[in-house]
Amino acid sequence: MSDWGMQKAALGERLAAGRQHAKGKVVPTPSLGAFLKAVIRSGDRVCLEGDNQKQADILASALASLEPGDVRDLHMVQSGVVLSAHLDIFEKGIARRLDFSYSGPQSARIARMLFGGKIELGAVHTYLELFARYFIDLTPNVALIAAVSADKDGNLYTGPNTEDTPTVVEATSYKNGVVVAQVTEIVDKVPRVDIPGDLVHFVVEANRPFYVEPLFTRDPAAITETQILTAMLAIKGIYAPYGVRRLNHGIGFNTAAIELLLPTYGEKLGLKGKVCTHFALNPHPTMIPAIESGWVEQIHCFGSEVGMEDYVAARSDVFFTGPDGSLRSNRAFCQTAGLYACDMFIGSTLQIDLEGHSSTVTTSRIAGFGGAPNMGSDPRGRRHPSEPWLKAGAEAAPGTNAALRRGRKLVVQIGETFGERNTPLFVERLDALELARKLDLDLAPVMVYSDDVTHIVTEEGIANLLMCRSKDEREQAIRGVAGYTDIGRARDAKLVEQLRQRGVIQRPEDLGIDPLDADRNLLAARSIKDLMLASGGLYRPPSRFRNW
Amino acid sequence: MEKLSFRLAAPRSAGGTRAQAIVGVVASGNLEVLLERSLPPDICTIDIATAAHGFGMVWDAVVRDFAARRSAGGLRISINDGGARPDTVALRLAQGVRKIEEPER
Repeated sequence: MSDWGMQKAALGERLAAGRQHAKGKVVPTPSLGAFLKAVIRSGDRVCLEGDNQKQADILASALASLEPGDVRDLHMVQSGVVLSAHLDIFEKGIARRLDFSYSGPQSARIARMLFGGKIELGAVHTYLELFARYFIDLTPNVALIAAVSADKDGNLYTGPNTEDTPTVVEATSYKNGVVVAQVTEIVDKVPRVDIPGDLVHFVVEANRPFYVEPLFTRDPAAITETQILTAMLAIKGIYAPYGVRRLNHGIGFNTAAIELLLPTYGEKLGLKGKVCTHFALNPHPTMIPAIESGWVEQIHCFGSEVGMEDYVAARSDVFFTGPDGSLRSNRAFCQTAGLYACDMFIGSTLQIDLEGHSSTVTTSRIAGFGGAPNMGSDPRGRRHPSEPWLKAGAEAAPGTNAALRRGRKLVVQIGETFGERNTPLFVERLDALELARKLDLDLAPVMVYSDDVTHIVTEEGIANLLMCRSKDEREQAIRGVAGYTDIGRARDAKLVEQLRQRGVIQRPEDLGIDPLDADRNLLAARSIKDLMLASGGLYRPPSRFRNW
Repeated sequence: MEKLSFRLAAPRSAGGTRAQAIVGVVASGNLEVLLERSLPPDICTIDIATAAHGFGMVWDAVVRDFAARRSAGGLRISINDGGARPDTVALRLAQGVRKIEEPER
């Protein structure tokens, strides 16, 4: 006969131990170390909240300051391994096992520590996958989260950067785990309740805001003519013919160029209202001119973006905002929206191989996946039709019964044939394979799989992989837009010309685009200052982007 | 600094009457292109001084495509390269031809 209720009893013991160091729910900052030692047990699964944007940085430092003699062998289950403290925890032996999603700035150190055996890797996930596992087999015993403010009952206000918090709290608190929040300040009444207080056990007043990285700010001044050309090709050669209204953009400069061409080049093509009306997208500053000129009906956000808070609040017709006026973001919902409710993902990558697999991994770095593989994949569970989805499906399988034919999400990889330091975008063999070999991983970390990619756009043209009928055609279609890279120069010129005749490959001139028209004057904003002016002063760029 | 020289047959000669044109700037990842109308109309020469070593094969492909696709005949072209990517080189060459073909004021 089982003794039921053991988890609730264990939670009760932890909470009682924690209360020794708290006044009600409030933990004084000087007691934070002793408090964490009291509520965390060796071997616990711990979610230290942080993703590619917001970070529970105070709690991360406090956890890293514990001694492995007191707490050890933790299993960290978290979206982002981004702060140096996140890895110090492993360096000291406080944590041993890791399941994560994104590691941006720590990508080189995390690879070194994996090689050195300091970290036992569970798996690298997409955000949605890791969130899903929080509810199945990776449920946290303790969640250390971040919010803007709390009241004494633990009600939390997360401000525009709600992001992962509701998901983490849902999984932890409803399964007998402990939830601890760092907040900038404790107030009498929170501006809105993002997380109800009965799910939050303790709060720590940090007296300063949690860290947020302005990851989605692209300076228009750095956009090149070649990137503008790729943007013109994408708009005229993909957005227009498919009529793409619901979509997600990556964070690269090519898509920033697209955003800044909508009110100029897009307007000239008569596309306003016909494309780019609904987005799953963070509040990119480069979207301001398109929003201001009435292109965009609605945007749902994964997170916020530093400096965009007032602008978003003033554009509640477009963005999702709360009764307090500020943005409500939610990563899990927005990832789901990007997966199921968008007809297109378009983004940049670092390497594309001859089959069309693409990866942002280099041999010495594990950057993780974040959300791109969910955005950049064809959802097999989709059932609702739309014009672009049906058209793409028909191109992939023209001879089949339309009523039984799956549509296809448009998954577009866009980039210049050579990247920084003249590194070719196209390769024979992905570095991800070498990394998988060195780390003895079952799977090479591939960002977008070949069978999900539908188009590749470079300055040389567009390759429509939906219309390729054999492996050989696919390879030549890729070589045919690979420019002067080794891959591009080794093309079968005759076959590439045949593919062009069939419209599988489209050159700028086939689309009536003169590369000489790809001029920076086409950009609706040519600097961060232009963006600020276009927002009527509502966008407040972070100081690192201000050069005036 | 690596130096490369090409003498290419040019099927179409450059239009207009300007004697010379210059486009671009020497900077990291960019290049300066000087075009002078001083050769027989079916010949184009291109002299390159580049900061990036070992890209001879790529330059060869880029300048051959340029001479075949654009009206480059009669032009003596000098390139001062700061390690520009091939797409930037092709664009600057095309911009150079457009500039030398512009009507004189």
